[in-house]
Amino acid sequence: MRHIISVLVQDHPRVLNRITGLFARRGFNLESLAVGTTHVPGLSRISLVVSGDDRTLEQVEKQLNRLIEVLKVTDHAEPHVERELCLVKVHVAGVEERLAVKDIQEAFRARVVDVAQRSLILELTGDSGKIDSFLEALRPYGILEVMRTGAVAMSRGERTLKVREKREAV
Amino acid sequence: MKGAEALLRALEREGVEVVFGHPGGAIMPVYDALYDSRIRHILVRHEQGGVHAATAYARASGRVGVVMATSGPGALNLVTGLADALMDSTPLVAITGNVPRALIGTDAFQEADVTGVTMPITKHNYLVQDVNDLPRVVREAFHIAATGRPGPVLIDIPKDVQLAEFTGSFEVVPDLPGYKPTTKGHPKQIERALDALEKAERPVLMVGGGAQHAHGELLAFAERTGLPVITTLMGLGAFPGNHPLWLGMPGMHGTVAANRALHHADVILAVGLRFDDRVTGKVARFAPHAHTIIHVDIDPAEIGKLVRTHVPIVGDSRLVLREMLKGAKPLRLAAWWRELEEWRTRHPLRWRPKPHLQSQEVIRAFHEATGGRAIVTTGVGQHQMFAAQFFPVTRPRSFLTSGGLGTMGVGLPFAIGAKVARPEELVIDFDGDGSFQMTLQELATLVKYRLDVKVVILNNGYLGMVRQWQDLFHARRYSEVYLADSNPDFAKLAEAYGVQGVKVERKEDLMRGVEAVLAASGPVVAEFKVYQEEGVFPMIPAGGAAEDMIIEHPAEREEVGA
Ligand SMILES: Cc1ncc(C[n+]2csc(CCOP(=O)(O)OP(=O)(O)O)c2C)c(N)n1
Repeated sequence: MRHIISVLVQDHPRVLNRITGLFARRGFNLESLAVGTTHVPGLSRISLVVSGDDRTLEQVEKQLNRLIEVLKVTDHAEPHVERELCLVKVHVAGVEERLAVKDIQEAFRARVVDVAQRSLILELTGDSGKIDSFLEALRPYGILEVMRTGAVAMSRGERTLKVREKREAV
Repeated sequence: MKGAEALLRALEREGVEVVFGHPGGAIMPVYDALYDSRIRHILVRHEQGGVHAATAYARASGRVGVVMATSGPGALNLVTGLADALMDSTPLVAITGNVPRALIGTDAFQEADVTGVTMPITKHNYLVQDVNDLPRVVREAFHIAATGRPGPVLIDIPKDVQLAEFTGSFEVVPDLPGYKPTTKGHPKQIERALDALEKAERPVLMVGGGAQHAHGELLAFAERTGLPVITTLMGLGAFPGNHPLWLGMPGMHGTVAANRALHHADVILAVGLRFDDRVTGKVARFAPHAHTIIHVDIDPAEIGKLVRTHVPIVGDSRLVLREMLKGAKPLRLAAWWRELEEWRTRHPLRWRPKPHLQSQEVIRAFHEATGGRAIVTTGVGQHQMFAAQFFPVTRPRSFLTSGGLGTMGVGLPFAIGAKVARPEELVIDFDGDGSFQMTLQELATLVKYRLDVKVVILNNGYLGMVRQWQDLFHARRYSEVYLADSNPDFAKLAEAYGVQGVKVERKEDLMRGVEAVLAASGPVVAEFKVYQEEGVFPMIPAGGAAEDMIIEHPAEREEVGA
């Protein structure tokens, strides 16, 4: 089963290394990883897409929690918003193709972010399934390049990954 | 004050009294500061010896062990020992020098990415970039190493940071918002556990290394309830090895009684252990009748990792047992004990006597001569299993061996660390001729610090444990395991270091040898030439289950179904 997991971490050097190393070492299957800072200085948030059975997922969470720099781990089983950003450069030979690609672009509500003589760059956000279908639709026209960010997620409603900002004395 | 001096101040504030290590260019400022410090330094001959000694120091004393090394080769020589300490949950702090910050990442002389290399084999590690961070990093490292599930923490300090002027404070605020080990067990789960035990007909208390510090509570709990107790290799000594409730060690070379008890148990209370495959055998066939497995462990990730747990209790084994003791009642286990007693008396640990001197009888003789009052260390192999079988220890922190990693060569450095930690104790290293030769240069450390350690080499002329597997599972094709044609004369070797040497070759000289070792003032290396083709039994073949237990060599076969 595919799971999307959010991890809140202290953004120390090598923290990503620790996380990817953990996946490699324990034989967990990591499909994608997206990282960015949060509104709290010093904290970053990571979205991981992982596949495995319940037992594996339980271990993934527990092993992530063991890392000293990990503050919180959430498996988004509850209602959540999931998004991925994709940039795709597609080959357009002539006017006819350009129009066909434009139809696809409109159908998916993608945006054109670069126009050149023989190619377009399109930008699309959506869940990963939507991006898969978008790329499938474009495939016949000749995809030159694809860059996907990997999925990010956030729970709907009141649930948050917030932590106390206070430091604790040891 | 320079960074190096601030480091030592910080170590002193943690109560560090002894550091094991080996100097080098990238850690010279620290060694310079050490010259004026009241911290005692033990110079080893190889960094691996240092990290193992620090590990044993920690395990024998219950404090944090500390080891130091220089950059690159020095630090990399710590790798095996760090992995060993991680696998056996030992609190350790390793301090390594690194090249100056400006040279990091340039393939400088003696540079290695030590934090990168040690990431998977430490609980946590640090590369210190700012001299003023040193007190905080040291405070955090000791806290992380000693609390929760203990483990090794490495602090890598570039040389220029050691030399930089320290202007910070020692009154530090640790920055560990993600680190909050749970120590108190959940009251509801504790209640459920007690309930399950009360209803059990064939309960077993199974104890691992995570309960070494809970020996008092453990004894009280077992005596109150009357539960049969088994201790894993790492748990040996956590419960007295001469107690009537003790059934021995489970697993590959465990006792018949311990393995059968697990096989037939309906409720298992497992405390401070991680269900290593050397203990469970094939997990799918482990404890098939246990409808309730209660697992007490401080590391939540251990619970349910390998074996299905019905009552998970995350917490410190000592605190959990203390809580459990409040509700513990004497259990009615007479029928169960009749069965256990039968297995125990019918299949005690034993060996088939041969005309040659045998490892088992050497170990037994030392046990008898000392009344079991010693700290025992071992290498890895058959002699390790024989020591576990025939030298039952009665006190905690008294059987020091490499359980999880199975590291050959730990015997002598472990003995050094144990003797430094508990100088008043008799320390005996039961070693193999193979294992001993992996770290024998530490004889020099024994001599330098006049550490009265007794090294007993059970010389079977083989890498015995490997030979045993080749014997049983590879049609006796003894590929690359023969040592006797090239072993040194161990007694002479010891004498070359200035250590007394003893050699015993015949059965009739056994007692004389044992007495010579125990009577000697100062360190001894004693070589006992033992039967070359001995096997360790009982044995459950790798991946097998309790039912597959072999009690004797197939040539003299007696199999014991569970
Ligand atoms: C560093 C290391 N290398 C290899 C092994 C694999 N190994 C396990 S037991 C063993 C043989 C040990 O021989 P010895 O120390 O002479 O002890 P014996 O089994 O003969 O008692 C070997 C090679 C190991 N455990 N550790």
